[in-house]
Amino acid sequence: MTPSSGSGLAIAAPLLDLAAISLFILGLHFLNSPATARFGNRLAMVGMAIALAVVLTQTGGVAWWAILIGVLLGGSIGIVAAILVKMTAMPQMVALYNGAGGGAAALIAVVEYVVFLRSGGAGLDPIISVSMVVSMIIGSVSFAGSIIAFLKLQEVMSGRPLTYPGQQGVNAVIALAIVVLGAWFVVSAGTLPVWGFFVLLAAALALGVMFVLPIGGADMPVVISLLNSFTGLAVAIAGFELDNELLIICGSLVGASGTILTVDMSKAMNRSLANVLFSAFGSAGGGEPAAAASGGPQNVRAVSADDVAVMLAYASKVGFVPGYGMAVAQAQHSVKALADQLEKRGVKVFYAIHPVAGRMPGHMNVLLAEANVPYEQLLDLDEANAEFPTTDVALVIGANDVTNPAARNVPSSPIYGMPILDVDKAANVIVLKRSMRSGFAGIDNPLYEMAQTAMLFGDAKASVDGLTAAVKAL
Amino acid sequence: MTDVNHLITLLTIFVLAIFVGFEVISKVPTTLHTPLMSATNAIHGIVVAGAIVVTVALFNSRNTDAVVTIVAIAAVTFGAINVFGGFAVTERMLQMFRAKGAKK
Repeated sequence: MTPSSGSGLAIAAPLLDLAAISLFILGLHFLNSPATARFGNRLAMVGMAIALAVVLTQTGGVAWWAILIGVLLGGSIGIVAAILVKMTAMPQMVALYNGAGGGAAALIAVVEYVVFLRSGGAGLDPIISVSMVVSMIIGSVSFAGSIIAFLKLQEVMSGRPLTYPGQQGVNAVIALAIVVLGAWFVVSAGTLPVWGFFVLLAAALALGVMFVLPIGGADMPVVISLLNSFTGLAVAIAGFELDNELLIICGSLVGASGTILTVDMSKAMNRSLANVLFSAFGSAGGGEPAAAASGGPQNVRAVSADDVAVMLAYASKVGFVPGYGMAVAQAQHSVKALADQLEKRGVKVFYAIHPVAGRMPGHMNVLLAEANVPYEQLLDLDEANAEFPTTDVALVIGANDVTNPAARNVPSSPIYGMPILDVDKAANVIVLKRSMRSGFAGIDNPLYEMAQTAMLFGDAKASVDGLTAAVKAL
Repeated sequence: MTDVNHLITLLTIFVLAIFVGFEVISKVPTTLHTPLMSATNAIHGIVVAGAIVVTVALFNSRNTDAVVTIVAIAAVTFGAINVFGGFAVTERMLQMFRAKGAKK
């Protein structure tokens, strides 16, 4: 931290950094509650603006064009992508931004290394060599892992856990290579052969890929949150490398809060973090639990919209169970319209919200809030499960895994133990679904074969609109 | 940086910031998990400051060429994507909360 100009800036800069850090901490605090969350984000934005302004002033104009190119390019990519992304694709967008941060930490180490090589120096200070190599490794793992998480959520690659024979062995070799090369780098004070450094970089990237591959798509939000705290840690350690307190504080702040958040997210799915990361979700039995469950659902009953409309219109209580399918079809307004029609006929309506329905926690709440669904009709898991035994019709709209009774009664199922919505306790279950494809976790749902269940195939929005029209016509 | 006292100071800051990070997140409703993750993601976008510092150091070393310069610009670009994208996407997520409040 060597300010380029007079002593005024030398005093002002750390004080402004302190203000920025305070704003980050206050921002996170306000983000704990829905009422103040936006304010919290704004505070953090102001903090970031202050911190970046200070850094830019301190450059003294050196490398201004390179910095300008980077900031303009990165800033416009980031903002345009954030504006264009669909609400359903938010989690994978966060994954990409996080990966970019990890990549930046790794590239900082690469540039530092090249500067060191060309300086012809005898060796690196031990603190710098340790922090350089550690921030590069963690940053690369976060970068590569985030990209795999993105590809899985975007369904460019299968969301199913990817396992292969000898996987543990391959991972062990990669990890060993990282430890050996990393130690060599530190012991040799950075004077190991140049290939050693770049093999280390490649191995760290490979570890990131291998780490995320065996984890199922349904667990990706937890993984993204974990990679987010990884990036925080990488940034903190890069702070040691650059002797920069701002990076150390912000990085460790995110590393720690990200870890708490990750643990909270796994708890919301009633699983431990270790279980999410290492059970290779979906491969619990060593391979084929999906096929073992039933060999694929065969005995399903399809119904027409008119039949369902009659059932709904003469019910006394109807529960809507929204899932990712509703989000994809943007059917929340149609669902509200159907609920309004039913309420006009005196039907009691509620919405059962599973904590991990959709692709991010709170996904369903925000979509239904957008459609002006009254808050008191949104029931959480426990409240909804208390209602189902007295519910006439449970209308499952594009939700799958969160309604899978196998989680309750099939100990061999990979989702066994996850709390689910007990829709099968309702007198009738109507499942709106595009096709018989299995859910995001890649496992079959025995709910579809139950006697009280009927399937209404088609796009969620079109199906719900059809139901509304049919109810109106009655 | 070889100064031990300085290293101790940095380590103290590091450990204290970790404690603050643990404490500042408490009993968050599940609805806010994703926005909070996204906001913390944006905050570690401060890495762009590190990228800027290292780019300046590179230019000051006068040992630069096209390849390293591109790597340095890439570091700044990645960091900027993290910061700007991170805050923008968090803001978009949180806008949906306002819609509910505004109606009431």
